[in-house]
Amino acid sequence: MRQEERKGTGSAGLKRTAVTLGLSVWALIVLFPFYWMVLTSVKSYGAYNSEYIPRLYTTEPTLGNYVDAFTQVPLARYFVNTVIFTLITTGVMLLVVVLSAYAFARLRFRGRGLVFVLFLALMMIPNELVVITNFVTITNLGLRNTFTGLILPSVTSVFYIYLLKENFEQVPEELYKAAKVDGTSDLKYLWKVMIPICRPTVITITILKVIECWNSYVWPRLITDDSSFFLVSVGIQEIRENGFGRENIPAMMAAVVVISLPLIVLFLIFRKKIMAGVSRGGTKG
Amino acid sequence: MKKNQLKGWLYLLPALLFLGVFMLYPLIDVLIYSTEESFSFASGTGSGIGLYNYSYVLHDPYFLQAVRNTFLLVIITVPLSTGLALLISLGLSSMKRLKELFQTIFFLPYVTNTLAVGLVFMILFKKTPYSDGFVNRLLALLGMAPIDFIEGPYWAKMLVMCIYTIWIVMPFKILILTSALASVNPDYYKAARIDGTSPGRIFRKITLPMIMPMISYLIITGFIGAFKAYSDVVAIFGVNLNEAGMNTIVGYVYDMLYGSSGGYPSYAAAAALILFGIVFTITVINLLVSGRGDGKGAGIG
Repeated sequence: MRQEERKGTGSAGLKRTAVTLGLSVWALIVLFPFYWMVLTSVKSYGAYNSEYIPRLYTTEPTLGNYVDAFTQVPLARYFVNTVIFTLITTGVMLLVVVLSAYAFARLRFRGRGLVFVLFLALMMIPNELVVITNFVTITNLGLRNTFTGLILPSVTSVFYIYLLKENFEQVPEELYKAAKVDGTSDLKYLWKVMIPICRPTVITITILKVIECWNSYVWPRLITDDSSFFLVSVGIQEIRENGFGRENIPAMMAAVVVISLPLIVLFLIFRKKIMAGVSRGGTKG
Repeated sequence: MKKNQLKGWLYLLPALLFLGVFMLYPLIDVLIYSTEESFSFASGTGSGIGLYNYSYVLHDPYFLQAVRNTFLLVIITVPLSTGLALLISLGLSSMKRLKELFQTIFFLPYVTNTLAVGLVFMILFKKTPYSDGFVNRLLALLGMAPIDFIEGPYWAKMLVMCIYTIWIVMPFKILILTSALASVNPDYYKAARIDGTSPGRIFRKITLPMIMPMISYLIITGFIGAFKAYSDVVAIFGVNLNEAGMNTIVGYVYDMLYGSSGGYPSYAAAAALILFGIVFTITVINLLVSGRGDGKGAGIG
């Protein structure tokens, strides 16, 4: 009996070790590209190119590549552009989403159900299908290479309306009626009661939208060809094709680190929120 | 009452405007584009209506190449990534300590810029006159000759594309499957253990059926996502995908629209609608096969 018990824990221990080992292998595969980009970014140009066999460490780290990334290519410009684009797009998105979610959740008017079903149907439309006309529209309006042109088609997110509407509906209707009796206006009620109660969802959709904006590539690439309006994704592609000269990999990696860092920091701060939000509404994969 | 009616529509107005101009109108417009023959940007008109654009696209060798690449990518990456994610999630759910650390690490690729990290993969796999690159170094340890994965043979390029795609899509799948596994009622496991059921049988008879809806959700979204592959491919092979022979259907659409090969919105529209047709058909088949339209996987966008 005792022997068998020990054998049991022994094989369980072995199994646990095997699982840990397997997970560690995947962790290594995930982390290695990040390690490699940081490592390469601190190798000097000369040191990197003299390594026929790439080395897994460096004895003489340098920050010179970061200086190059900010001085030889307009990385700072790309960065600022992306911040502006992300802030405005997310802000306008929040306004639009909050108002319409509130209309669907609390206001009574004819045609509400029908419009909501229409909205849901729009969720099935892939972006690739509408991008073509949007490209033509924005071009004809003369909005190429402007923030307006970048932002306008990136604002709407039917899914977030849906998510927030569901959350708004969970707020007891009695609160609304009480507020109405007190003569509170809808806007004030929305701002003072609904949004504070539903803050977690609002934060979640904000973060998801920020991630989406920071990484957006297709639309910015179609609509900007003037590098003073490039966002980071288009910018890094431009750096790859024409910046630094193609061989200056360490400087390129410094730019990659700079571009990747904000989202990683955001993720480490809001880890739980982001993961919960993505499992409810993420669509990457 | 009248005032309330108006208020509802007023609150909806911004969303209606944005959706109307940038989604509903384009949707109708793209159908028109795709049937307008020899449409040109210069004159703003076409010379007739018909299915010529579809026929052109379907006979374009670049499009056929893109279709082949996309299908290969889908067929290889969707089952592999889903299976691997299931294995990892099972491992994760049996962990106590370190679980959060692993979960955090595994999620990192989700929050990275696809274009930026793609460059790192390119460098890891690339063979240059100065260096064989890191991956070739590993292969050399196994006694293999160096391969140029970025500008070399087709299968090597396809391999890199698949590896990068899997790396990118894993976080989402692991996340979904881990929470699906955590939501299985532990009483089932307790009962099975009392009955002396073997672990393999527990997995097949309890765990798998319980998480099956989530697996089919992942397969459907995985298919949709992989069919729309584009920016990760650009990240590795650069913007000139036709030249690299690695274009995807979405890449073909954008190339037709814009850039050195662009200016043909009609062809782009036809190709986009063909893509939509493929994705729609496969989603419907998937829903039928998995037997339940529980709505979760309905979003194609």
